[in-house]
Amino acid sequence: MGNGTSIGRVRGLGSAHSGSHHWMVQRFTAIGNLLLGGWLMASLVTMPNYSYVSMHDWLAHPFPATLLGLLLASALWHARLGMQVLIEDYVHTPANSFAAIAVLNLATFGAGAFGLVCAIRLALGA
Amino acid sequence: MAANGTSAKARPLSPHLQIWRWGPAMAVSILHRVTGNGLAVVGIATLLCWLGSLASGPESYALFQAQAGKWYGQVVLIGLSWSFFNHAASGIRHFLLDIGAGFELASNNRWSLLTPLLAIALTAAFWAAIYLR
Repeated sequence: MGNGTSIGRVRGLGSAHSGSHHWMVQRFTAIGNLLLGGWLMASLVTMPNYSYVSMHDWLAHPFPATLLGLLLASALWHARLGMQVLIEDYVHTPANSFAAIAVLNLATFGAGAFGLVCAIRLALGA
Repeated sequence: MAANGTSAKARPLSPHLQIWRWGPAMAVSILHRVTGNGLAVVGIATLLCWLGSLASGPESYALFQAQAGKWYGQVVLIGLSWSFFNHAASGIRHFLLDIGAGFELASNNRWSLLTPLLAIALTAAFWAAIYLR
């Protein structure tokens, strides 16, 4: 039977048992965050004031509303991937690590649903 | 050749913080992790509070604005903006390292020192633009 090939013996022995897909998506969402986070910061600097009316009118326009929805998706996906790495590095018990990542997934989807509902409500005139 | 049951053996551990001599690359790496996870928790929570209060109407937005205007609200917002700029700057440094650039000792140290300074400058410019508006 033998021990298999060299790559076969080491495959899956990393802390997460996979890696390159996570790494790539972390980079893709980072590019999204640079563009969309930059847009948010630039918008906040160039706004005349932070009154309810000006904030609401701004996010009621389709273009800012779209970018806000994209920012939520990109930032939450990136945050989920990053916090997964934190958990894998510092939570050493497999059961605790599994539980922490399960909570992380639920929190990410919960935050995303809430943020998108808020963005849609603002965009469609609440 | 690999012995039987290698996976059951204790895996080697790398030395930890107290053993390494501090260097700029190490500091910028730790700052990247701290600011990233700070943004993931506090940043997203604040973003959702802001959006939720806006979507809930003028009264709840006034409540958010009152907290954001207090000293502790300003500390959180300034901290979040610094975290964003710091994580973005060291993130761009990561992109450059990903393509294989900037690993020479001198340039690595130089860019590791420059990224947090750039972040502080951007944070200062951001708040100057808001306060002096």
